[in-house]
This record gives sequence, C-alpha cells and structure tokens, in this order.
Amino acid sequence: MRTFYLTLKYLIITLWSLFVIAPFLWALSTSFKDFNSVTGGATYIPWLQFEPSLEGWKVLVRSPAKGGVDIIEPYFNSIFVTCTASLISIILGTLAAYALSRFKFKAGFIKNNDITFFFISQRIMPPIVLSIPFFLMLGFLGLLDNLFGLILVYIVLLMPIAVWIMVDFFNKVPQEIDETALIDGCNPYQAFFKVVVPNSIPGLIVAGLFCIIFGWIDFFFAFILTFTEVQLLPVKIVALNSSVTPWWSLSASALVSVAPLIVVAFIVERYLSKGNLSGALK
Amino acid sequence: MNFNHKFVFLLPGLLVLIGILIFPIVFTVRLSLSSWDSFYPGLDFIGLDNYIRLFTDDKRFWESFFRLSFLSVTTVFLQYIIGFSLALMVWKDIIFKRFFRVLFLIPMMTTPVIMTVIWRTFFHESLGPVNDFFSLFGITPLWLSNNILAKVTVIIVEVWQWTPFMFLLLLAGLLSLPKEPFLAASIDGAGPIRKFIYVTFPLMAPISIGAIIIRLIEASKIMDTVYVLTSGGPGTATETSSYYIFIKGLREFQIGYSAALSFTYLIIMIISLTIISKLLVKLLIKKI
Repeated sequence: MRTFYLTLKYLIITLWSLFVIAPFLWALSTSFKDFNSVTGGATYIPWLQFEPSLEGWKVLVRSPAKGGVDIIEPYFNSIFVTCTASLISIILGTLAAYALSRFKFKAGFIKNNDITFFFISQRIMPPIVLSIPFFLMLGFLGLLDNLFGLILVYIVLLMPIAVWIMVDFFNKVPQEIDETALIDGCNPYQAFFKVVVPNSIPGLIVAGLFCIIFGWIDFFFAFILTFTEVQLLPVKIVALNSSVTPWWSLSASALVSVAPLIVVAFIVERYLSKGNLSGALK
Repeated sequence: MNFNHKFVFLLPGLLVLIGILIFPIVFTVRLSLSSWDSFYPGLDFIGLDNYIRLFTDDKRFWESFFRLSFLSVTTVFLQYIIGFSLALMVWKDIIFKRFFRVLFLIPMMTTPVIMTVIWRTFFHESLGPVNDFFSLFGITPLWLSNNILAKVTVIIVEVWQWTPFMFLLLLAGLLSLPKEPFLAASIDGAGPIRKFIYVTFPLMAPISIGAIIIRLIEASKIMDTVYVLTSGGPGTATETSSYYIFIKGLREFQIGYSAALSFTYLIIMIISLTIISKLLVKLLIKKI
C-alpha cells in the first residue's frame, strides 16, 4: 500500500513537472529553427530532426534598420517602470500598513479593518474599468505614451499587494519592540525607521518580490497606454506575434524576457522554506 | 502615542491611491450617462439610456459574463485541487524537495501574454506539438477554432499559469501549521487519509478560503490570455466580459456605452465576490 502511494505521488509530480517545462522546452527548440523547419511540421531535436540556426537569437541583437527586433530598449523600460512603481508602492504601502497595524483609526463607522479592506479591494477593480478613464486622464496630463504615466497606474496595481502583505507581517512583529524604542527616547519616526524596519526585512523582501512579479507581468495597461514612443517588453513581443509570426525570434525573445523572473522563483522558494513566507502570506 | 503621528504614516499612501483613482471612477460614472462615441466625442447627457440598452438589449454582454463566470470558477477549482495536491506532496520529505518547489513556482513568474504567445504555437493546429502527438491517433483536434476546445485551451493555459500561485499560498499555509494536532492524530493511530480529513483540511480551511478568493478576483479579470490566444473567438466562444468591454470601448469607440458596461460589471463583480466569500466561509468553516 505504501509503495502504491509513493509511486502515485512521484508519478503525479513527474507529470506535472513535464507539463510545467513543456512550453519552455518547445520555445527553446523553436528558437533555433528557421522558416523551413517551422513550416515543415512539429520537430523537437536539433541536428536529428532539423538543422539548427541562430537566426532567432541574432535578430535580437541586430539593429531595427537591418530587420532586427529591438527588445533592449523595451527591456530597460520594463525594468525601470516595474522597479520604480514597486519601490514607491512599497514605501507608501509599508507606512500605511504600519499605521493600520499599530494605531487605531475611527471616523464614523470606518475602522482599521475597513481602511485595510479599501486598500486591498483595489485588486478587484478590473483593468478594463480603469483603462478608458486613465486613457483620457493621462491624455489631459500629457502623460500618455510616457513611462511616468505608466508608473502612476502601476502604483494603483501594486500598492494593494504591499499593504496586504505588510499589514499581516506587522501584526506578527511584537509591539514591544517599538514600545521599548519609544521608552528609550526615540520619536515614533525614529522607532519606525531604526527599529521596526530593520526587523521587517523578510516581509519587505517578500512584498517587494510580489510587487515586482505583478508589475513585470502586466500587459494590459502597457498595451493601452503606450504606443510608439515608449514600449514595454510584453507589448513588444506580442506585437511580433501579430505580424508574419516569425516563431524563432518570437521564442527567443519570449525566453529572454521571462528569464529574469525565474531568479525570483529561487528567492521566493528560499523564503518559503525558511518559513518567513508563512507569516507574510496569510 | 501622539494623535497626529498616525496620520503621517497612513495618509501618504491613502491619498495617493485615492488621488489616482478618484478621477477615473467619477469620470466612468459620468461617461456612462453620455453618448460619447467616435461620431460625437463629447460629454452630453442622455440619462440612463446606456443602462436601459445594457439591461434590455445586449445579450452579448450577459453571455460574456456567464462565460467569464464559467471560466473563472472552473479554472480556480482546478487550480485549488492541483495546487493543494502539489503542496501536500512537497510539504514533507521527498527527494529534490527544493528543486520541485522552485519548478512548481516558475509559471507564475512568467508574463502571461508572453507565455500565451508560446502556447499559441504549442497548440497550433498543423505545426504544433500537441497535434503532432494527436496525429499519431489519426485525429487533429482544432484547439483554437472549435467552440468547446477553445475554452478548454484557455482553461489549460490559465491552470498552467496560475496553479503556482495557489500552490505558493497553500504551501506557505501548510508550513505554518502547528505540529501538535498531527502528533496527537498519530498517537491515536490515524492513517494518512484520516489525518488529512480530520486534521490538515480543517486547519487549512481559512487559508484555503483566502487563496480561493484571491484567485477568483484575479481570474475574473481574464483578458490578456484570451486576447492573445483566441481574440475572443471562434465567434464569441471565449469572449469574457473584460474583452467585450475592450472591444466596445477601445475598438468601436462607444466610450459612453462601454463606461456603462464597465460600471455595471464592477458592481456585479463586487456583489458576487462578496456572496461567494460569505458562502465559502459558511461551507468550509462549519464542517469543523
């Protein structure tokens, strides 16, 4: 019976692992193909089934004038927008989360929980609902097709995540540590920056990672609010899809663009196994 | 502590959020009362005409809404079952535990649209590996242009993309469970199945509810995947509410009408998510 369980367990794990890596392997194999080997039907193993070519990868470093796909600028745009928006969201979100976790607010029937819920509930807002007014609003402000306009929008997307993770985290940081700091003569801001923040590094890292993930993977707002001046990575790659569909450069650029966040998976796992996440994610 | 300090902490975030959001929301409501479209771009006032049209004369919106409900409930259900099983499997000691944990997390780190572009080539009807496999049996299913199979494809892609998120939340929950109840169950001689039914599952109920609701919220926004994978097609077979509003608003430029759609959609989402979370709490917590 026990061997049966174990076999079943490893069978399921293996099947799911295959499912997880299948699209990556397919993309890797496709990125070394050229026109003939793509249109000849599905093939998988280079040299054996098709003659590998580096065309798909070469396109990425060639200049656009020579028919190359310029993904370097969108890459840096994406990194800039994601990091800036995450940083702002984390700073504002952490301050708000600290306030919500330590102090009591009351305005009529509105209490702490309601304010927390207000922050988090912004995730319910479907992007499409915001997109049309944002489109018009950024147009008035002259921020359409502009990185700073996007950052503004991403703050709305990311701050709820920061608040959600940090409120729970601060609830688990014992209140005594800030009280001790206050007795020792710190003012509340010193207590926060010198004592509470250094003790919350794991929570801050987890919140930061989640902001980066959800900022990096957004497509919709970048798609609607930018056109030609600035482009983010996902928009650029999806635009490749609509043209003649060069599968090889499509696959190569897709792999390049998902690579950095796979590093994030390793960091998240480290925090998960150390048990830091269990406090932060509930 | 002093009364004023707490506002210094809270207000920057709150004001920035409200500042960015207040205009879009008020403006959506105002737009929904106008007939702004590509012929007459301007803020006139036509009362509730848009809403009357929406409730009496727009079958396509309601169909897209039911389709969205079906798709999100199905995907989240599958994600929960698979995510929970995977989390249970890598919870205790197995070989290469950390390797599998990282591997199972990877899909959620990848950009959905970019992976969907890859999935599109994966499910390509004559050149993709899936049909290469099925052609061994002499059949070529039309993954992207058959009414039912297109939905299945969307579900497969969504499950691949977001099961890791469910897995992450549930595994973090499992790792934070206290050890004593499990020891007590072992002393009482409970086997693995009874341990799961009487100890693990009840202890995980609050975390499960949280994870399911978070995923439902995110799943109700399905749009990127649909846009890249099928563009809502064939016909309207995979068109979700968001995508329909997108077509009306930013393709046909019926801005006024799409604002009415957006606002109605938002209200329906808030109401239904509240009801679902109340139901889940009743269903799962009462069992204990």
